[in-house]
Amino acid sequence: MLRFLVRRLLGAVVILALISALTYLLFFTLPSDPALLSCGKNCTPANVALIHHNLGLDKPVPVQYGEYMAGIFTGRRLPLGNCPAPCFGLSFANDAPVWTILSSRYPTTLSLAVGGAAVFLTVGVGLGLVSAWTRGSLFDRLASSVSLMGQSVQIYFIGPLAIYLLVDRLRWLDPGADPDWSHDPAGAVGGLVLPCLVMSVIFWSNYSRQTRSLMIEQLAEEHVRTARAKGMGRGYVFFRYALRGAMGPIVTLFGIDLGSVFGGAIITETTFGLHGLGQLAVAAVTQTDLPLEMGVMLFSSCAIVLFNVVIDASYAFIDPRVRLL
Amino acid sequence: MTSARETTTTGSDNETDAALARAASGTVPVGRSPRQLAWIRFRRDRTGVVCAVIVACFILIALAAPLITKAYGKNPYTLYGQDDGLLNSYGLPLKPNGGIDGAHWFGVEPGLGRDVLALLVYGIRTSLGIALCVTVLSVVAGVTVGLFQGYLGGRTDYVVGRFSDLMMSFPQQLFFIAFTPVIVAMFVRPGNAEPTWIRFAALVIVQFVLGWMALGRLVRAQVLSLRTREYVEAARLSGASTARIVRRELLPNIWSTVLVQSTLLLPVNVTAEAGLSYLGVGMQTPTPDWGLMFQDAAQYYQSDITYMFFPGVAMVVFVVAFNLLGDSVRDALDPKTVR
Repeated sequence: MLRFLVRRLLGAVVILALISALTYLLFFTLPSDPALLSCGKNCTPANVALIHHNLGLDKPVPVQYGEYMAGIFTGRRLPLGNCPAPCFGLSFANDAPVWTILSSRYPTTLSLAVGGAAVFLTVGVGLGLVSAWTRGSLFDRLASSVSLMGQSVQIYFIGPLAIYLLVDRLRWLDPGADPDWSHDPAGAVGGLVLPCLVMSVIFWSNYSRQTRSLMIEQLAEEHVRTARAKGMGRGYVFFRYALRGAMGPIVTLFGIDLGSVFGGAIITETTFGLHGLGQLAVAAVTQTDLPLEMGVMLFSSCAIVLFNVVIDASYAFIDPRVRLL
Repeated sequence: MTSARETTTTGSDNETDAALARAASGTVPVGRSPRQLAWIRFRRDRTGVVCAVIVACFILIALAAPLITKAYGKNPYTLYGQDDGLLNSYGLPLKPNGGIDGAHWFGVEPGLGRDVLALLVYGIRTSLGIALCVTVLSVVAGVTVGLFQGYLGGRTDYVVGRFSDLMMSFPQQLFFIAFTPVIVAMFVRPGNAEPTWIRFAALVIVQFVLGWMALGRLVRAQVLSLRTREYVEAARLSGASTARIVRRELLPNIWSTVLVQSTLLLPVNVTAEAGLSYLGVGMQTPTPDWGLMFQDAAQYYQSDITYMFFPGVAMVVFVVAFNLLGDSVRDALDPKTVR
């Protein structure tokens, strides 16, 4: 286990280093001069030179990248101001350290992603289980058509509809709000219910479909049949034998979906007017705030890569046959 | 048809055999190619055929957008709402249900006051066009990479595999958001006027860059199992070149995977493109675009929910039709898979 973790973490570091290098290269060295991007419409050569100096763009690219990466661990003193330890540079827009902005924004996205994932895993896997249990029944057929609909709607379509119907008309739910976990946990949950629900809809279907077919596959396995033949209860075998076998592929699917969950969270944020990383990324792009953009990119890649390691490690708990090496 | 001709041209012994068989079983044995079999299975699948027709309609709408709007007598740029006084002082349509009437069948857009039907038809054209380019590029690249990766194996396989892992670990949505402007800026200096086709190209490029890996992996996996088959080895032993083996022995076998995957990939790309425009980093107003309609509608949903329905319902129908079509294509090509 320890060996596995060390290996996977080293792998994650390599991937992150490559992502950061590639992103840096694309942002700062393409023919598109970041100074031109950042100084906008009234651009004078003096401004450009100043921005070049402030960004350290007058140095060779590998040196710039080295300094940037070193800054993440040690902090930097930049011409525009001080940038303490996890230094992702200073935002062009307001000269604040990128890390300060990031750390104020990520809780929203993280809450949304975790909440949404919790909802779609529960609902999706649950629906799949019921469908597999009642295979061929009316419920099963109904669930598969609902799944198809779920797979085909978009957050930016059902989001506004849900707000219109559930919030404005029926007043059942609160409109989405940025969570404030330390001061108002109840309000945070209330404000996340609708966004998480809306976000989860597009993921349900896949999980219920996969769970259903995996369970049906598992129920036909010989060890399951043997267990039933020995006289074990249908429910016991269903959950303790078949579900256990179906768990692995579901978790794999979740690992593959992590990126899309994050992407879904971004669109959900915009739909509900929440201030998370996605909204930050869009704002950074519209203001051509490259350091901020770079920060969001690195931070999110880091989160996704690390979550993936956690998910891979969780196989060991789900399936005792898996040896992590 | 070919089989019928064969039976008539073969010798008299065969003919009598065939006649005997016909007499014995009461049916005419007909030899069919896998492609014909798949086509027959597909035609029997009613859902599949209906979906194929719907999909064809969407493609036709996209292709014939100028003709449709010409026949309809509106274009997607004129601000009818403002010019003809169809909007109130808040920019909302005066008439109920989003200003639907005989002149504007789907109503007028709140705010700018363009015609919704014309906007939708042209929006579908833009989004579908981008998605189609992305899909074609991704499929070509994915198949090429997967084929060579699987067939050559060894170090090539390893290096390309790790590269595709790397590309897969990028947070996709964020990558699109971040790099669309960077690519646009490669072509146009910031602040200068930006032709629409550059946005178009930039969106195609960013989505393509992260779009080919999934298919590449599938193809690689298939080729890995195919390349040790006897007929491939026989071809290699008889001196066939790599290019020939790839083209004549491997490609025909992965065709069905490629077809199914591209059918499923296209709607994903359409919604991704619309999502980017919705977020404000894709196509820009006044270019008509499916995603931009949602962005617009999201600002007005409280007062003019009708406007959101047209692009919304159109997109749901489109995606449902495409997904079902993908399933039917899979069933037709590979009848053994059970859903």
